Amino acid sequence: MAAVEIKNLTKNFDIEGHAVTALSNVSLTIEKGDIFGVIGMSGAGKSTLVRSINFLEKPTDGSVYIEGVDLGTLSERELRRMRSRIGMIFQNFNLLEQKNVIDNVCFPLEINGTKRKEAKKRALELLGLVKLEDKAKAYPSQLSGGQKQRVAIARALATDPQLLLCDEATSALDPQTTGSILELIREINEKLGITVVIITHQMSVVTDICKKVAIIDNGRLVEEGLVEEIFSAPKSDAARELLSGKKVSYKPLEKLEEGRRIRIVFRENSAYEPVIANLILKLQIPINILKAETQNVGGKAVGEMILGLPDNSNQQEDIILELKNAGLTVTEVHENE
Amino acid sequence: MNENVIAMLISGIGETLYMTLGSVIIGYIIGLPLGILLYVSGKNGLRPCMPLYRALDFICNIIRSIPFLILLILLIPFTRLLVGQSYGSTATIVPLVVCAAPYIARVVEASLTDVDAGVIEAAKAMGASNMQIICKVLLVEAKTSLITGFTITTGLLLGYSAMSGTVGGGGLGDIAVRYGYYRWQTDIMVITVILLIIIFQIIQTAGMKISKKLDHRKR
Ligand SMILES: Nc1ncnc2c1ncn2[C@@H]1O[C@H](COP(=O)(O)OP(=O)(O)OP(=O)(O)O)[C@@H](O)[C@H]1O
Ligand SMILES: [Mg+2]
Repeated sequence: MAAVEIKNLTKNFDIEGHAVTALSNVSLTIEKGDIFGVIGMSGAGKSTLVRSINFLEKPTDGSVYIEGVDLGTLSERELRRMRSRIGMIFQNFNLLEQKNVIDNVCFPLEINGTKRKEAKKRALELLGLVKLEDKAKAYPSQLSGGQKQRVAIARALATDPQLLLCDEATSALDPQTTGSILELIREINEKLGITVVIITHQMSVVTDICKKVAIIDNGRLVEEGLVEEIFSAPKSDAARELLSGKKVSYKPLEKLEEGRRIRIVFRENSAYEPVIANLILKLQIPINILKAETQNVGGKAVGEMILGLPDNSNQQEDIILELKNAGLTVTEVHENE
Repeated sequence: MNENVIAMLISGIGETLYMTLGSVIIGYIIGLPLGILLYVSGKNGLRPCMPLYRALDFICNIIRSIPFLILLILLIPFTRLLVGQSYGSTATIVPLVVCAAPYIARVVEASLTDVDAGVIEAAKAMGASNMQIICKVLLVEAKTSLITGFTITTGLLLGYSAMSGTVGGGGLGDIAVRYGYYRWQTDIMVITVILLIIIFQIIQTAGMKISKKLDHRKR
């Protein structure tokens, strides 16, 4: 049974009398134990989607199943019990500012009626997991952003959830802290087997930790699949834009015109081989490297490069042939500005 | 100064404190739930209900727009019905409460509105009920601003209790009016005014200190 199943979800908001569609007919299946990324530009509907998973936002149409249970059929009370078994963390941490760290972690247990002593014991265990035992008595205002998010993670885990929802959980953090929080989330996923849904607008977060990803654009699900596949051969414009940070499109390669640019993606083995150097040595043609990056996609080294080719179309053909023979994915880059 | 005057001032202080604290406490017993109701039923509340909100809003605004002295006189029949007489410090508590409750409701509503929406969202995501959100999140997170509101309200009621002295309400205000205005004993009037200022300062300072001490947001 899938951890989360979203079927034909549509959500409209009523803004001063007229309907704004935040999500339109989104269907998605998230398997148990996955780290599932949802990525999209600002306003795409990511938060609305994740808030629909625990019914903080009730769908206008369509349904959400958590481990086979249709949330739409639950009473308010049953829904609250269901929510208490789904952990959630946020961009702004959302800790109780007037409670200290341990009381924050105890809070969901206080809500579900766990005895104080038991709750405290559990909270201390969790603070150990997020490596903040020494901050138990501190108040949120005395913590750094990364520490606050660790407390929020401990709090989200207090009720032993099977599902953890993360809405832009690292967007307020610097790159280094982002890395350590993502590492913690991965650890939780592996150790505790918790399914994780990560909402983000940063491709690096997805490539860092997610196995699968869904791309949301303008309220629609435009692409879905393994991170590796989408990274090397993005099909939708939205995916390409998120990959490059610019409005570009990678067209299937046909005949290159003069001065065109190509994008190549290195996989596993080839990422460690000096492909470009070999190419230049072999063909004796100058190649302009416009962008080059190696990323860790799902634990594998994947490189991305944007090359500027010489004007001569015969030379271009030679280069592309060579690259393809080396086992690389080659697509053409168009800038849409 | 003769002993009678001192005894009179002491009992005046007692009456003033009795009226102020009595009206603040009863005022909060009515105004706090009312303020929570305003917040909960408001547009961005936990359970928006515009008809209820508008009705409460209207009543609060009406009462708050009546000057206190006029309210005091308007309420005489009601006060008499409630406490059996319309003068003296117990009777004065009635109009003070009527005046304070809507004011308190507004102050409470404003304090609750200041609570970060994200924290409420987090509590909802944990499966908290609205009652739990009110008691364990809103009132806790807003506590320093609620205490500040309490302090300001107490100061306001201290002033109003003195004002009610002009119509025989008892307390320091009554003494000031009777001696200072009708008998030209300016010295007694000055003393009562100084006493009122001292009481006001004590309330303000204590309230602000407590509120600051309980605030864990920045340090
Ligand atoms: N409560 C609401 N009332 C009205 N409109 C809303 C509400 N919540 C979201 N929307 C609208 O729905 C759309 C999607 O919003 P959403 O917050 O899901 O986007 P997002 O992808 O999370 O964006 P961001 O990256 O900026 O957080 C936006 O157009 C937004 O204005
Ligand atoms: Mg969002």
